[in-house]
Amino acid sequence: MTHSSILIWPVLLPLFLGTVMFLIRGRSVLLLSLAAAVGTALTSFNVCRIVHQSSTLIHEVGGWGAPLGIVLRADGLTAVMLGLSGLVGLVISVYSLTYFKSNSRKEHLFWPIWLLLWGGLNGLFISGDIFNLYVTLELVSLGAIPLIALAGTRNAIKASLRYLLLALLGSMSYLFGVGLLYMRFGVLDLVMLGNVITPDFTAYVALALMIGGLIIKAALFPMHFWLPPAHSSAPAPVSAALSGLVVTASFYAIARLWFYAFPALELAKLSQLIGLLGCGAILWGGWQAIRQERLKTLVAYSTVSQIGYLFLVFPLCNTAVEGSGIAWSGCILFAVSHAIAKACAFLAAGVFIKVYGHDSISKLRGAGRQLPMVTLAFALAGVSLMGLPPSGGFFGKWMLLKAAFVTGQWGYGVVMVCGGLLAFCYIFRVLEQFMTAPDENAPKVKAPAVMTYSVLLLAVAAVSLGFFTPVLLSVLGVDSPVSLVSFAPEALLP
Amino acid sequence: MSTSLIYALTGIVIAGLGLFHYLSQRNILRKILAGNFIGTGIFLFLVSSAARQVDGPIDPVPHALVLTGIVVAVSATALLLALVCRYHDETGSLTFDEENDE
Repeated sequence: MTHSSILIWPVLLPLFLGTVMFLIRGRSVLLLSLAAAVGTALTSFNVCRIVHQSSTLIHEVGGWGAPLGIVLRADGLTAVMLGLSGLVGLVISVYSLTYFKSNSRKEHLFWPIWLLLWGGLNGLFISGDIFNLYVTLELVSLGAIPLIALAGTRNAIKASLRYLLLALLGSMSYLFGVGLLYMRFGVLDLVMLGNVITPDFTAYVALALMIGGLIIKAALFPMHFWLPPAHSSAPAPVSAALSGLVVTASFYAIARLWFYAFPALELAKLSQLIGLLGCGAILWGGWQAIRQERLKTLVAYSTVSQIGYLFLVFPLCNTAVEGSGIAWSGCILFAVSHAIAKACAFLAAGVFIKVYGHDSISKLRGAGRQLPMVTLAFALAGVSLMGLPPSGGFFGKWMLLKAAFVTGQWGYGVVMVCGGLLAFCYIFRVLEQFMTAPDENAPKVKAPAVMTYSVLLLAVAAVSLGFFTPVLLSVLGVDSPVSLVSFAPEALLP
Repeated sequence: MSTSLIYALTGIVIAGLGLFHYLSQRNILRKILAGNFIGTGIFLFLVSSAARQVDGPIDPVPHALVLTGIVVAVSATALLLALVCRYHDETGSLTFDEENDE
């Protein structure tokens, strides 16, 4: 298993180059950043490719195996997430080269922190034990929060302070759970834990503490209130990384624990509770998004709503019911397409802010005539968020709906359809303003080409993800916790 | 009642007191202190779980976890304090409710 050492590069490369970046100044920062971004993305894609071709990769760091050493593991789920973070991270980096184009020290600080955040995310995805998950979750929070504060405004400082206070509470709760599990079962490795865990009181308390802590970080309704101020006051590329990757990573940690470490526990009631919270998130987030005046807050509330869909996997993916594995594929597909579409929407909002100096929806009248490409990108991202074919969002939602029917839980299906309608309303509220004719004497504006085309690239990726669904599912199928339904059109019909 | 159990219970009590103040205090500095209390309580609990048998060998893993946890807690506290300084510079306040959102 010598080739398993490729697993360390998506983590080591950004962490190392990010640290170097603190020390250097001047134009070389941008060159090195681009190199680091390309390198990180390529090494991530490489892991993805190898996992798809062979099978799960396991790397024992320094030759020390579990239970004492640190074990890195990459299965199909990890590969999908690494591919996602590679794609979104690379586009965010290229976009940021133009977004943070002034040579000031403050803007250069974006690069080391962003690379630390990216390395932390990749580390989270390949963590093989629950304690490493804790460390990487902290790394992600400690990377994300300074990036929000980088905006420097009073709102941004306040939002990041609130976010950090809550994130800290979440991670303390998680750590307590880890301690309980170790005390009771004596292992930290995810797979070993899954084998030895027994349904007793300690296990349930630990589960509640860990999932509860992570729910704060994943901003599931009603713990979502920190998210809209934080995500909307951050600089646009940071918002894209937060809504696209950081929230997805917290959800990933919950799914990882739920389906890999705790399968032996009786979780039907808890899953219904989480499902209800998910429904609350879908409806409340969508409703609030419609009422927002600023484009970035609207997109941030849309994130609150879309997170709700992800959490429906817990009630819908019931291993006792045949065919409900489709909920698992649908959920991961939905997570991937949401991450891409949401990053795209925030980056598009960033272009509007750069060009017009604000993101007030009512004043963006006529932007469609002036910035057609960016508007097209935002609309395409909207197509995925609403769940229209052929976007990845459509297939993800369709699979979740199918699972709701297979398991006889029709209520979730109704909520999902309502959530789609709400998404339709908030996206078209924005597009309506964009498509109105601009004022006669509106000044001519031009968006930087690099930003425009990187946004467009993500938009095309979000919409065309539907065509790549079979590939994505075959990667996800490597060591999947539930038997996946093969991707055939007839398998999707109710 | 074994010694390690007393330590574990003390840890839980400290963490609980910390949590209470964390949620009830409005002053951000007090919140940060309370957060550190929660951390300390959890660390004490974890350290006490290292004594797996009475008079037996000590399990080193919880100690390693606590060391890592302390490093994380120190960095998070440092970041919090830096943010509080900026927040105080911007608003002149140490609570969240002095001024309106947006």
